[in-house]
Amino acid sequence: METQTVKKPFLKNSTKETLTAFGFLLPNFIGFLLFTSLPVLASLVLSFVRWDLFTPPQFAGLDNFIQLFRDPLFWKYCWNTVYLMATIPLSMAGSLMLALALNQKLKGIVFFRTVYFLPTICSGVAIYMLWRLLYNADFGLFNLTIAKIGEIFHLPLKGPNWLTDEEWAKPALIIMSVWQTVGGYNMVLYLAALQGVPRDLYEAAEIDGANSWQKFWKVTWPQISPTTFFIATMSIIGGFQAGFDPAFIMTGGGPNGSTTTLIYYLFNNAFQWNQMGYAAAIAWFLFLIIFLLTLVKWRSFGRAVYYY
Amino acid sequence: MAREKTLEELKRLARFKAQAKVLLAYCFLSAGALAMIAPFFWMVTTSLKEPGSIFSYQRPWWQDWIPTQFVWQNYVKAWVAVPFARFYLNSLFVSTCVTAGQVTTSALAAYAFARLEFPARDKIFFGYLATMMVPGAVTMIPVFILLRYLGWIDTYKAVILPGIFTAYGTFLLRQFFLTLPKDLEDAAKIDGCSYFGIFWRIILPLSKPALATLTTFTFMGSWLNFMWPLIVLNTHNLFTLPVGLSYFQSLHNTDWALLMAGSLMMILPILIVFLINQRYFVEGIKLTGIKG
Repeated sequence: METQTVKKPFLKNSTKETLTAFGFLLPNFIGFLLFTSLPVLASLVLSFVRWDLFTPPQFAGLDNFIQLFRDPLFWKYCWNTVYLMATIPLSMAGSLMLALALNQKLKGIVFFRTVYFLPTICSGVAIYMLWRLLYNADFGLFNLTIAKIGEIFHLPLKGPNWLTDEEWAKPALIIMSVWQTVGGYNMVLYLAALQGVPRDLYEAAEIDGANSWQKFWKVTWPQISPTTFFIATMSIIGGFQAGFDPAFIMTGGGPNGSTTTLIYYLFNNAFQWNQMGYAAAIAWFLFLIIFLLTLVKWRSFGRAVYYY
Repeated sequence: MAREKTLEELKRLARFKAQAKVLLAYCFLSAGALAMIAPFFWMVTTSLKEPGSIFSYQRPWWQDWIPTQFVWQNYVKAWVAVPFARFYLNSLFVSTCVTAGQVTTSALAAYAFARLEFPARDKIFFGYLATMMVPGAVTMIPVFILLRYLGWIDTYKAVILPGIFTAYGTFLLRQFFLTLPKDLEDAAKIDGCSYFGIFWRIILPLSKPALATLTTFTFMGSWLNFMWPLIVLNTHNLFTLPVGLSYFQSLHNTDWALLMAGSLMMILPILIVFLINQRYFVEGIKLTGIKG
């Protein structure tokens, strides 16, 4: 009788696969530990200490959080952050209208889509500098146009001091953000959603004698509601962390703190005033809000998963 | 007395309504396009005007849009007012390193998560996913302290390294790898191909669209990133373009012709990349559903 000898591999196959997998994972994992997961824990620890980076850190218990809740500036900047989110519904409505118009199977869609995308692509410091010029009280495009309209209709119209007037600085930033975001990612997402609405729903509505207005509200709007909800939650999550770049370039957070957002306040605390613990407390406050919003998003998408 | 409309009349009415709708859509779209382009046009015009004569009440209004003489000299002035060439090279270097690093490490990790079996795989992946909702503000401060402790503040390393390792890239590529058919890999395995061979010769060539998307988004994000380089860089010669431009603004606060010339020089490369690769932008948004 012949016994078959099977040559045993040096390593078991599953062990070999595990080692290979760790090899693939390692470069990313080390960086992930060093720059993401450990810093998350470190910032939690930081929020319980007082530290100016030069003297040794001191344990402060909940002092940073207590100070935060008693800090009138903090609440003012919270309000600023929420106020600036007025951009979101305005921009979403615009995105949807543009998407509806683009969805008409017209010629030249690629041209329009490219043009609408330009502000999103070119965002950043250069664009904020451009808008600082457009808002210039004396010779900015806005006030020139307002003055021109006044001249034509013989009205004493004078544009506001957009960026240096406490009343107008936030609306100015909102107008700019709407311009920047209206034709960008949200419009593309809406366009994709509109193209996904089944045709026969419209045909059925037409047979029932529905006009365009009714077709929009009874068919289109409910069908694209998951997209609306997705865009809204993502934008709100982004909105809480937004506002640093434009304010830094255009207003420096002013006038009188009227365009300082939470992230700007965090930047000032951490990197201008060396209050690392206090800044970490602001960061964790932000984290908490975003965590709750993310939970809301997950729960709702669990239910609306049929649509996706 | 109302009479019944003939079929012919109804048809004509329907055609007229359809044409009116198209016309309305075009008017709306064109107005939108005009609003998008006008600021850019203003930017170009301003950059070509004689500095100090940006605006004058004596001129007819259309000369605000089309200058009578083009002062190309503004671009030269802006270019030498601050080390613009250096800023360009810095941005190019930083963005290239971040993009190459991120695409490489993400692809390797994504392959492990998508195709290999190892203990606690799904738990580790869940850890990656969970950190995607952590705002950047949370990690910013400890990472700054870590880099300061290492003595890396005010170096390229400080700008590049934290940008390389993101859960987002790994997540995006893993999702894409999962959609690839397994037959090819099985065949390669039978032929004795190693895991790396499969990754290199099968997975990567099949994943070009996803890799292009990640490359584009990462490069753009890094090119436009303002806050992080602002935090970790102090030396002018190391500034990336956005920080350099902000520094330029602090020097020439009201020299609008120069500021707009400088801004245009920053925008131009992005514009070119976008116009060439715009297919990937649109596909990328649909692929991820997540803002880049």
